[in-house]
Amino acid sequence: MAKEFWRWKEYNWKSENINWNNGAIITGGVDVGSVSSQAVVLVGGELFAYSSMRTGSDSPMSAVNSMNWALEGTGMTLENIKYVVGTGYGRVNVPFANKTITEIACHARGANLMYGNSVRTILDMGGQDCKAIRCDEKGKVTNFLMNDKCAAGTGRGMEVFADLLSVPIEDVGELSFYVEEEPPPVSSTCVVFAKTEATGLLREGWHKNKVIAAYCSAMAHRVVSLLERIGVEDDFVITGGIAKNVGVVRRIAKEIGIKTLETEYDSQIAGALGAALFARSLAEKGK
Amino acid sequence: MIANFGYKDGSGDFYIIIDTDKCNGCGDCVPVCPAGILEVRDNEYDPMADDLMAAVKEEFRKKIKYSCSPCKPDNIDYTLPCVKACQFDAITHSW
Ligand code: SF4
Ligand code: SF4
Repeated sequence: MAKEFWRWKEYNWKSENINWNNGAIITGGVDVGSVSSQAVVLVGGELFAYSSMRTGSDSPMSAVNSMNWALEGTGMTLENIKYVVGTGYGRVNVPFANKTITEIACHARGANLMYGNSVRTILDMGGQDCKAIRCDEKGKVTNFLMNDKCAAGTGRGMEVFADLLSVPIEDVGELSFYVEEEPPPVSSTCVVFAKTEATGLLREGWHKNKVIAAYCSAMAHRVVSLLERIGVEDDFVITGGIAKNVGVVRRIAKEIGIKTLETEYDSQIAGALGAALFARSLAEKGK
Repeated sequence: MIANFGYKDGSGDFYIIIDTDKCNGCGDCVPVCPAGILEVRDNEYDPMADDLMAAVKEEFRKKIKYSCSPCKPDNIDYTLPCVKACQFDAITHSW
C-alpha cells in the first residue's frame, strides 16, 4: 500500500485523578466535522476524557466511535452521561445527543475555557471550513463569519497538499521554514489550482520546502482576509487541525501583527469541549 | 451580535449582516424577500438565550450572490426590499 502522507494521528486521553463516581454531573460533547470527529466528557465541568479521530463515511457511526474511544478504559459508559450536545457539520447525526448547537457557539465557549477568558478573537481552521469568531469574556459570540464554500485554507486542502509532495502532514509546518528566503505565495489556495501550480513549481526545480512555504503563506493570507471583516482584537487564538501547523499559524500572526495564545489542551477539541460545557449549563437549567 | 451570513470568494465579499442588538425578530423582512432566503429563528449562536433573530436560511448561505442578484441591478441607486422593510436598520449587505 502506498504511504498515506495526509494521515494524522488519532488519539484519546483520560484524566488520571478524577473519580467520576463522586456524584458530580457528567456531560458530553461530540463534534462531528467533515474530516475529523472529537468527543469530550466532563465531570462536574472538569475535563475527564476526550478523543479525536477521522470522520468515516458514516457520521452517526463516527459519533458513536469517537465517544466510545474517549470512554475506553474509564469504566464509564454512555448511560452515565447525563446530557450530550452534538455540534459540527454532522451534528444532526449524533444519535445520543440531547440537543444540537452550532459549532460557532461551541468554539467560542470551548476556547474561553482552553485559553482563558481574555480571548476575544478565534480563528477556527477546520477540515473543510474556516470560521472567524469574536467573543466576550464569557465566551459569548459577538461577531462571526464562516467560509465553507471551498476547501481552500482548510485541513482537507493541507492533506491533499501533503500527499502531493509526499511529506507527512505533521512535518509540513516546520519544513516551510527551511527556506533561504520566503517565496511569494502561490497565486491560488483553491485545492485544484494549487495542486497544478505546485506541480509546475516542482518541475521548475523549486525545492519541496519552498513550495510548502509558498502554499502556507497563501493559506495564511487568505484567512487573514476573512479576519479583516470581523476585525482582530487580542487575545487571538487559532483552533482546529491547522492550529498545529506552525507554518500557517506563524505566518498569520506575522501578517496581522498579533501573536496567538498557546494552550495545554488540544486545539482540535475546542468545539466538542464547548458542546460539553453547554451540555452542563443546559442540564442544570433543565432545558 | 453581528452575524455575517454568506461567503467570500475570488469575485468578492457577499455577506448579509444582521445586527442582533437591533433585530427584534419581528419578521417584517421575511415576506418582502422575493427569493425567500430570510427567516426568523432562535438565536443559534447563543443557546442559553430565548430571543429570536432574522437569519439567512442555511441552504442559501453559499449562494446569496445569485439569490440576491435580481434585487441588485447594476448602477441603479435602489434600496433593497429587505433593508427597506426593517425599521430598525438591522440588515445590511456587504456588496
Ligand atoms: S425586519 Fe429587521 S427587526 Fe424585523 S426580523 Fe427582519 S431584521 Fe429583524
Ligand atoms: S436583497 Fe432581495 S433577495 Fe436578497 S435578501 Fe434582500 S430582499 Fe431578499
